[in-house]
Amino acid sequence: MSILINKDTRVVFQGITGSEGSFHAKQCMEYGTKVVAGVTPGKGGQRFEEKIPVFNRVIDAVEKEGANASCIFVPPAFASDAIIEAIDAGVDLVVCITEGIPVLDMIKIKKYLAGKKTRLIGPNCPGLISPGKCKIGIMPARIHLEGGVGVISRSGTLTYEVVWQLTNRGIGQSTCIGIGGDPIVGSYFTDLLPLFNEDPQTEAVVIIGEIGGTAEEEAAAYVKAGFKKPIFGFIAGQTAPPGRRMGHAGAIISGGKGTAAEKNTAWKTAGIHVETNPAMIGEMVASVLKKK
Amino acid sequence: MKIHEFQAKKIFSEYGIPIPRGDVAKTPDEAKAIAKKLGGTVVVKAQIHAGGRGKGGGVKVVKTPEEAFQAAKAIIGMNLVTHQTGPQGRKVKQVLVEEGLAVEKELYIGVVIDRAQGAPVIMASEAGGMDIEEVAAKTPEKILKVAVDPATGFTAYHARKLAYGLNLNADLIKKATPFISSLYKMFLAKDASLIEINPLVITKDGNLLALDAKMTFDDDGLFRHPELKELYDVDEQEPLEVEAGKYKLNYIKLDGNVGCMVNGAGLAMATMDIIKIAGGEPANFLDVGGGASAEQVENAFRILLSDKNVKVVLINIFGGILRCDRVATGIVEAAKRIEMKLPMVVRLEGTNVEEGRKILMESGITFEVATTFEDAAKKVAQLAKA
Repeated sequence: MSILINKDTRVVFQGITGSEGSFHAKQCMEYGTKVVAGVTPGKGGQRFEEKIPVFNRVIDAVEKEGANASCIFVPPAFASDAIIEAIDAGVDLVVCITEGIPVLDMIKIKKYLAGKKTRLIGPNCPGLISPGKCKIGIMPARIHLEGGVGVISRSGTLTYEVVWQLTNRGIGQSTCIGIGGDPIVGSYFTDLLPLFNEDPQTEAVVIIGEIGGTAEEEAAAYVKAGFKKPIFGFIAGQTAPPGRRMGHAGAIISGGKGTAAEKNTAWKTAGIHVETNPAMIGEMVASVLKKK
Repeated sequence: MKIHEFQAKKIFSEYGIPIPRGDVAKTPDEAKAIAKKLGGTVVVKAQIHAGGRGKGGGVKVVKTPEEAFQAAKAIIGMNLVTHQTGPQGRKVKQVLVEEGLAVEKELYIGVVIDRAQGAPVIMASEAGGMDIEEVAAKTPEKILKVAVDPATGFTAYHARKLAYGLNLNADLIKKATPFISSLYKMFLAKDASLIEINPLVITKDGNLLALDAKMTFDDDGLFRHPELKELYDVDEQEPLEVEAGKYKLNYIKLDGNVGCMVNGAGLAMATMDIIKIAGGEPANFLDVGGGASAEQVENAFRILLSDKNVKVVLINIFGGILRCDRVATGIVEAAKRIEMKLPMVVRLEGTNVEEGRKILMESGITFEVATTFEDAAKKVAQLAKA
């Protein structure tokens, strides 16, 4: 087992004919992901890499190829439209890689998702991977190792760093998810932690937070209330000056709230193993798991 | 993106939100002419992208056009230091000259995005004219909040809830309802991320006006607002940050002496953190992006080094899609071109790392090649202290 994606996940790429979309669709296929269709309005009827059918509409990919997950590589101006199309087509999972979607668009998407079966990961995220089974996203596959640690992170390359620290110590991962760095994203820590809690493959979880917002504090409350597995955390941005946008639109400390110190305290209080040195995260996980 | 008060007020008036009469002046003569036209007492306000202007001497109340001339002369060209500008201050290029008003009461109103609720929230308070963040921290019960669901949109009840909560009289409630409604409409229409009116004033003759105006836009929404682009004031930005923006680099200047170049925002923040843990001080935040090209790496280098505080450089790249050999080539070419003299620590990891390290070793340029994240931070911290 793993969460959200596995060997049977059938993926449609929205924006498969674009340069980013086609590059990453190929990378995912090489990893073994079942990429069953592409969608680019106006290019329906073409074949991607001479084998994958390209459709004009997501619904066609669902009905004809049985797609149950979508990966979106569509420019920001059209991305919210693409997300709504995927939700309406009834896929279980939408992974939106696109960076730069206006916040007001995401507010509408977030409300639209309520009550629907579709789960959204992202936007502005690297996607997710269940090592050895399926990859939907842009992360370098070879740094991962199949195993028992779940990873949830607001960052991209920092996730790679942490995963690499784990892999180097022989600690494999069940599923690694980048939830995205925007102020409003489809899934937060609290949406995904319950899935790891129930997943038999997952033995422990690493969560990587960032300054800004309250997603980390909410995660703390959830963990305290009954997360059953060992959980580890790191917050990026301990040294960030207040009020500045550190690359991620979400990473702003507003009005003295959302600082790394506050988040670290919340996590420690909840029983999360916290490391403040980003180079020592793998070591912390290794030492705690070894004692078990 | 931030804009000036006078620019925000112009947008306010397009949406029918009452503001004091006035105009912007670039010279004392212009200020004098505006004051003459307005008649009576006027307020001369420095226009910079920072709050706390009054305390710093950037706002003056004057009685005659001649005094307005003198006030503008003192303010235009001054280096205004407030709690938000940092010690270096901001040079004032223009002033807003407005009619003086007889104020009965000062209120606060603002619209922001509440991330936790995933909705725009309108906030109002009777504690106007003060530092609202302090009010929120010390007496949160004094701040009224209304979250607006995007499906139902803003309704008259929202405005009533706030207006009655502000203890307005019947006559002012009639005025406040369209005021708040317009404010919200403007927030959505312009893809704003923040609008603040502090103070919102009730005048002695019973009117409701935006005495101040602060407006910030969602950078990601700007593509659908070409009309906002001309409001961008390049002089209000850090020059190096502007230069970085041209190459789609994300750069923020800080006060330390360890320059850093990292791919990805989260890793860049973590790199700043680890430099500090190792005993160094980061000079900047610089994200070259997840897929930086050799040209971007070179420009990143140039920007990083034009900060004269930088004594040592740390390059931390976790190659995913961005291949380490490509980054290494970029680093070597750039270092040669700009005749790099400062010590450099390079830590490469990920895709094609062996090729990348080899390119660095054989380049003829002296790099300290770090093997791990930890090792990299220790090496730069030592070099910075040396």
